[in-house]
Amino acid sequence: MIRRTLGILCLFISAGLLLCAASAPRWSKIPAKDHNRTNPLASRPESISAGALIYKENCGQCHKADAMGDGHKKPGLRSDRIKSATDGDLEWFLRQGDLGHGMPSWSRLPEAQRWQLVSYLRSIQN
Amino acid sequence: MRLKESHIQQARLHVFRSSYHPRRKFGRLLSALFFAALISALPSPTLKAQEKPYFVTYSHDLEEPGNLEIESKTALGQPPESHRYGALATELEYGVTGWWTSELYLDGQTTGQESTLFTGFRLENRFRPLMREHWINPVLYVEFENITGADKNMLEVVGHDGQADLAEPNADTRQEHEHEAELKLILSSNLKAWNISENFIAEKNLGHEPWEFGYALGAARPLRTLGSGKPCVFCLEKFTAGAEMYGGLGDVASLTLGDTSHYVAPIVGWQLPVGRLSFSTGFGLNSNSLDRVYRIGWASELPQIGTWFRRNGGTR
Repeated sequence: MIRRTLGILCLFISAGLLLCAASAPRWSKIPAKDHNRTNPLASRPESISAGALIYKENCGQCHKADAMGDGHKKPGLRSDRIKSATDGDLEWFLRQGDLGHGMPSWSRLPEAQRWQLVSYLRSIQN
Repeated sequence: MRLKESHIQQARLHVFRSSYHPRRKFGRLLSALFFAALISALPSPTLKAQEKPYFVTYSHDLEEPGNLEIESKTALGQPPESHRYGALATELEYGVTGWWTSELYLDGQTTGQESTLFTGFRLENRFRPLMREHWINPVLYVEFENITGADKNMLEVVGHDGQADLAEPNADTRQEHEHEAELKLILSSNLKAWNISENFIAEKNLGHEPWEFGYALGAARPLRTLGSGKPCVFCLEKFTAGAEMYGGLGDVASLTLGDTSHYVAPIVGWQLPVGRLSFSTGFGLNSNSLDRVYRIGWASELPQIGTWFRRNGGTR
């Protein structure tokens, strides 16, 4: 009985690990409908300050307060890649994360707050 | 009789002396200083937005890689014709990778007019098999429990669990050692600002007992979805409200909603600058359930603890 239980446990873990091998979301895989989305809060100036606070509370610990990253695994967010991405790309990436490379999914944040974060990321590119 | 009394007095004196022995006192002081130094040296806890205040239900949110969350969950209740109890589960949750979170639970309880006990530990791991966010997101959960029958934390309800289990005296239940494996299928969705989670539980006592089943359902939403942009403590975006429902489903021999317990519990979470406070009152839905279970939770997160250890004396 114990063997069978352990067998089921191993199967359960292996299934999880195998599925984890599935490829992670990358910039190149962003669906067109998400790529083309525009930031509904872009015209609101207060969304930058709100985004700054959300950044400080959730992102600053890895990407650092100045958004320059840690020079190792956590990349800086003042970059050409962010500059060239559309608002829709950024919101999609925040929602999906990149679990295989350590970036959590921020779907836990309400969508409005993700857009505020996008406003802030846009504002720090210059 | 006099001889006995003098023996008792001597024993009391011995206990008094041993507990106030200067060397022991110094040792305690040293340990207190050590922990104070460790806590002050650790990275300061961070504020995290929108964590779900569930006590029993799991959502698909995992711990951020490298972060350590320390959470305490207290359950207070009173079975009919028995004593009040308070159970405390202390949880250390570490984000190993973006798709794997590992946790250690240390459980204890105190029952009025009985005793205070350490009731065991649980090791659990949660894996997120799909790397992308979907309409429904599955998480696989594997747990090993080494607890005694005196555990009253009710972190899940399975099989035919009921209030009678909580009414048994500690002196009896502490003798029952349970080595259990638990599997959960966690399904969770973030729809608009709502989180809706469903957990299906299968638990097996590694002794010769049948598989037992249970469920937990939860829904929660922040009271305000738009960030105000001002650092505040009492603004609506800092509060999350919802409800969870959990109960047993019998075992392999008798899959049933009867002869087990079920609860429905409104929940409120409050995000403070140094952690998250959550409250819940569970209401029993049938005669096998406790009338009410009060729960209080406190969670605080230490960011990037792995990096901190590497930077302060470890190797890269």
